[in-house]
Amino acid sequence: MHDRPRAATDPERERQAIADAIAEHRALRGATLPILHAIQERLGYVPEAAVAAIAAALNLSRADVHGVRTFYHDFRSAPPGRHVLKVCRAEACQASGCERTIAHLAARHGAALHATTADGRLTVEPIYCLGNCALGPSVQLDGRLHGRATPARIDALLAEAAAEERA
Amino acid sequence: MTVTVFVPRDSAARSVGADAVAEAIVAAAAAGKHDVRVVRNGSRGMLWLEPLVEVAAPAGRIAYGPVAPADVPGLFAAGFLRGGDHALRQGATAAIPYFARQTRLTFARVGVTDPLCLDDYAAHDGLAGLRRALALEPAAIVEQVVASGLRGRGGAGFPAGIKWRTVLQCAADQKYVAVNADEGDSGTFSDRMVMEGDPYLLLEGMAIAGLAVGATEGWIYLRSEYPDARTVLVAAIQRARAAGWLGDDLLGSGRRFDVQLRIGAGSYVCGEETAMLESLEGKRGIVRAKPPLPAIEGLWGKPTVVNNVMTLAAVPWILQHGGAAYAAHGTGRSRGTLPFQLAGNVRRGGLVEVPLGTSLRTLVEEIGGGTASGRPVRAVQVGGPLGSYLPASRLDVAADYEALAAAGGLLGHGGIVVFDDTVDMAAMARYAMEFCAIESCGKCTPCRIGSTRGVEVIDRITAGDRREANLALLRDLCTTMKDASLCAMGGLTPLPVLSALEHFPEDFARR
Repeated sequence: MHDRPRAATDPERERQAIADAIAEHRALRGATLPILHAIQERLGYVPEAAVAAIAAALNLSRADVHGVRTFYHDFRSAPPGRHVLKVCRAEACQASGCERTIAHLAARHGAALHATTADGRLTVEPIYCLGNCALGPSVQLDGRLHGRATPARIDALLAEAAAEERA
Repeated sequence: MTVTVFVPRDSAARSVGADAVAEAIVAAAAAGKHDVRVVRNGSRGMLWLEPLVEVAAPAGRIAYGPVAPADVPGLFAAGFLRGGDHALRQGATAAIPYFARQTRLTFARVGVTDPLCLDDYAAHDGLAGLRRALALEPAAIVEQVVASGLRGRGGAGFPAGIKWRTVLQCAADQKYVAVNADEGDSGTFSDRMVMEGDPYLLLEGMAIAGLAVGATEGWIYLRSEYPDARTVLVAAIQRARAAGWLGDDLLGSGRRFDVQLRIGAGSYVCGEETAMLESLEGKRGIVRAKPPLPAIEGLWGKPTVVNNVMTLAAVPWILQHGGAAYAAHGTGRSRGTLPFQLAGNVRRGGLVEVPLGTSLRTLVEEIGGGTASGRPVRAVQVGGPLGSYLPASRLDVAADYEALAAAGGLLGHGGIVVFDDTVDMAAMARYAMEFCAIESCGKCTPCRIGSTRGVEVIDRITAGDRREANLALLRDLCTTMKDASLCAMGGLTPLPVLSALEHFPEDFARR
């Protein structure tokens, strides 16, 4: 279910993803969230064009759908980098040193929270608890959970991701 | 003869390499022509030993951990398939002191069985509670839960049986059971461990709740941060339906109960029950004013049992053994056991199910072993981001609903986050306000505006800007948030802030 990051937007691809997601989930009661999730799973973000399409399909106002899309932290409005790293900064991970990991990401990898690296390789987002609070700091890289994410472990994880990309 | 080897599929174990260990064991077994069956079980909850590999040896299950893939050839060479000696050998799993001293009612099966195996579930007391419930009138099921003294494990601690009774007494064409699996509190993971490690337990608890109140539909609201739990639950619901454990003919009784799963989207406040109902209905997670109570007007406006995963997961045991047997554990008005979670900077972090009333010192020092860093414990936060900070000197308080409330804290969902003496408590207080600002649903002003103002005031205090006046302002702001917020988000954020200020004033006066 992890996001598949892409670099550029493609209106035709967006249109198709939105149509597919609506077709798949519109019969559900309260379908807005499942549709938004399905769009983001396909594209890595939820384009603006989704709002009108979902509103029309579910007989909601565009304001309603816009409200939902922007209320929840999960939904991105623009494509992320090729890899998405979510770094937990909740209390248990703070107790285990997540602030050092976050500082390391900025200093060594040029990746600040809420930002994508200039080369489009990596997006770093904060997250508030991954439920791995005894093995912190915890991160989620492309949907996969990693514990004890010290600066050294982060370097290894990002190197693995880069190697997979080259392969 | 085939030897069974257990390697957890729990996401905490996977986060430190359990998948690679399982692969290495399969590969080494094939290379050495050993007849090995690898079962991906739930976690035993001894998370500092993960990946914890167990071997079903002739004398019982023997544990080895923490195992890295590079250790696997050595384990085979040491004869671990027969329980052989090795530096990582922890002995018989059930005899490890951390585990042996627990009272595992809810977590009895977690880590023991293959989470998705229906036969395993049935062979380990699974469905006994549901079968008992099917033989009872709805009111009699409710009375067992009332007699158990079970209180809401999500944090509010409301008696579950009373809530169920309210829903039972409502006349309606449709009722619901809505499960709060939005386990957002930092330092908590018991819901996740049950959903990943014993998912049928939750489904069984939901079905019993459905029978008790006359609800035929159950909805699970699972947070998106738990993709592994989602995978397990999707599979468990499918298999349970196929086996007749859910659906139109519950265990052949002719009674109906079915379950659907919805995924949250990264909003902490959706763990508040009315915001969760809004989110389940596909809307923004805006808190509803109460009354009406969700028990009377809940999901889609219908009477709804809203319970936490842990609450419902306690129910099958209660039905199987009787409410009185559950109530025999615990203390005062805090009956039964609680799966505590030891988290943060703690040497032996993990899941510890013990009777309510166990002292924080026992949990943090004796069981948890103090800090992972080896430095002195300075503070613990109990009950998530809305819970109080307690100094090391106050750890003798009993971990139950009343005693923690009397100490100015709250039990919450049973998470205990340990900090060593390097923690800056003014920074933690600031973070509490910042988190509230990030996660506020925005409906009420004290929470929406007060949290942002709170960050600013704390910044002025720590900068040494008119400290006394700003401390008075912070206390005043906290009073407003506590008294005038619509829900616990704004209403309890003052707890970590004021407790940090009370117990660690020196951290606010460094400049």
